[in-house]
Amino acid sequence: MRSLTRGCATREPAGGWIEDTVSASEPLLRVEELRVEFPTEDGVVHAVDGISYEVASGRTLGIVGESGSGKTVSSMTTLGLTRSEGARVSGRILFEGRDLVALSDAELREIRGNEIAMIFQDPLSSLHPFFKVGWQLIEAVRAHQNVSKAVARARAIELLGLVGIPDPDRRVDEFPHEFSGGMRQRAMIAMALANDPKLLIADEPTTALDVTVQAQILALLERLQRELGMAIVIITHDLGVVAEMADEIAVMYAGRIVESASAELIFAGPEHPYTWGLLKSIPTLDGPREEDLVPIPGSPPSLINPPSGCHFHPRCPYAQPDHARIDPKLQPVAGDASHQAACLLESDVRRRLWAELRAGRGPEEAKAAVGVTGAAQ
Amino acid sequence: MSSPDATPEPLLEVRDLVKHFPISRGIVIQRRIGAVRAVDGVSFDVGRGETLGIVGETGCGKSTTARLIMRLLDATGGQVRFDGQDVARLKGARLKAVRREMQMIFQDPYSSLNPRKTVGSIVAEPFAIHGLEQGSGERKRAVQALMETVGLNPEHYNRYPHEFSGGQRQRIGVARALALKPKLLIADEPVSALDVSIQAQVLNLLRDMQRRFGLTLIFIAHDLSVVRHMCDRVAVMYLGKIVEIGPNEALYDFPRHPYTGALLSAVPVADPAVAKAGRRLLSGDVPSPANPPSGCRFHTRCPKAQERCSEVEPLLEDKGTGTSVACHYPLTEEELAAMGVRSSR
Repeated sequence: MRSLTRGCATREPAGGWIEDTVSASEPLLRVEELRVEFPTEDGVVHAVDGISYEVASGRTLGIVGESGSGKTVSSMTTLGLTRSEGARVSGRILFEGRDLVALSDAELREIRGNEIAMIFQDPLSSLHPFFKVGWQLIEAVRAHQNVSKAVARARAIELLGLVGIPDPDRRVDEFPHEFSGGMRQRAMIAMALANDPKLLIADEPTTALDVTVQAQILALLERLQRELGMAIVIITHDLGVVAEMADEIAVMYAGRIVESASAELIFAGPEHPYTWGLLKSIPTLDGPREEDLVPIPGSPPSLINPPSGCHFHPRCPYAQPDHARIDPKLQPVAGDASHQAACLLESDVRRRLWAELRAGRGPEEAKAAVGVTGAAQ
Repeated sequence: MSSPDATPEPLLEVRDLVKHFPISRGIVIQRRIGAVRAVDGVSFDVGRGETLGIVGETGCGKSTTARLIMRLLDATGGQVRFDGQDVARLKGARLKAVRREMQMIFQDPYSSLNPRKTVGSIVAEPFAIHGLEQGSGERKRAVQALMETVGLNPEHYNRYPHEFSGGQRQRIGVARALALKPKLLIADEPVSALDVSIQAQVLNLLRDMQRRFGLTLIFIAHDLSVVRHMCDRVAVMYLGKIVEIGPNEALYDFPRHPYTGALLSAVPVADPAVAKAGRRLLSGDVPSPANPPSGCRFHTRCPKAQERCSEVEPLLEDKGTGTSVACHYPLTEEELAAMGVRSSR
């Protein structure tokens, strides 16, 4: 009945402009000093404020942050989805050596959905309710490949099978509302995979899903990455999800990356007080139940008038008076070049503070033990 | 926490609660062609001062259960006894009197506050409905005291909801719920719409309010870590039924129902060193509550299912490990270890 080819290596990459001259050490995606600003009636929103990161082929980068931290805007900019009248984008987004920021809309369309694909948070609003799932998949295939409808349809069925939808040759003729939430997200993933992307951007792919379905989707993404060798950028607010998926993690706050390191280091030896706050404010399945959680005081800042100096200083229990003036740069932490943090505290003080926090003490006790005084409030 | 285990007279007794939503077809002449069995025979007690957690996936009936207890919906069958009175049969003034004793906090702090009213009038509304704190000066003082209690600046009395952040709005919801000094507070996913750093603020506030006012709390959530943090006892629902219920420690340390085990196993662990060890994935989706599977409703997805499971419906029974389980073949300790459910035993 259905013959599913494993993997999708049956097809030449579309386009033909890809030079194989990119050296092995060059990452697949390199973002340099990316800035995205939206002028509004209330002022300029500094949604992304000078961020840099890299993703290598076959690796997974997790971008963690709260709503309004700029994590989604930075990824949508990669695909040119923030291009509009008035939006100001500067910096470089190098994908296989080509700067996506400088490309024309037509050139970018060649890449979007082809070399780089994206899946969104809400699978119901990302699928068109009026068209059959198969039709939407066929459209995705034919947008980049000059093939007949019959070939594209066969590919659509193959893709649905690949993402684990049972009975794909029947399901292909169903409408999105006939799919459950998890199946819709699978269909979205199938659509993203239609043209064998080298980079998949997953923006909160499991936030709208139940925990058992979330586990299925994460396992699916990992399997597909192993089989197809693509790089993944996963954007989420859920530290559990990045712990499972990511090789490297970037923590964003108020439009900037405040800490980046390998997943192991972020969880074992975090260096930024915001990362500490995130880690200490989530209840866990094995933590002490009697203790109150340690919330981060206040709420995320406005991106129109971000706080002066270190953007986190109004909420930081360890901030010193001069942290409101000096703007910290993302710098390697002592002893490890791959671990970067943007914090004005002394490296040694930071480590001692984290040791106290880790032992279950609150921020005030930790400050007393380490001898940090004052707070900016 | 060590609140008294179901004391002789629980505050809330729910017995065989049933809610079926009719499915009808036809535009002019509507025919009933079936029913969504959202809640299908649920029984539990909540002791005074206790926190009961209800967990389960979307569509398992946890919110419907809450609405039935509050009598925001009328039950198809069963009883809800609150403080000795059957809520499902009360009318008029007596229903209003009981409703004063129970309040609800909703999931979405954006849609559960009227955008055209000031915070002061939102929080004062329960007073107006029940004719309390009649003088305007008195009412304002009472509202400002409440705002202070939940950590809002009382000077913001005249502001509108849009001037507050999500976490602050949820505090407004808590202030409104506490206005009448209820005995029972039902929180339906109170933090799932909030940012991670704000969630902890609201969870701590709820805990603090509970300690200060001796509230009984029903805490509904899909996040198992949050429920573990907040609750004394936990009920796990699947397709309109409770499949396992018991004290927090017992349920998290030694879950017996395969569904509870699968839920715990699916929670992503915020620690790359231990993530994913032996995870068992549940296959498929939750079946339709309009046409639930025969026998045990979980048998279509259960790794341990046998023939008997599709024929005989298991009843909630104490299996000697602290929780009551509706399962013919409950999980063993070896199976749990293999699933990577970390037990502190």
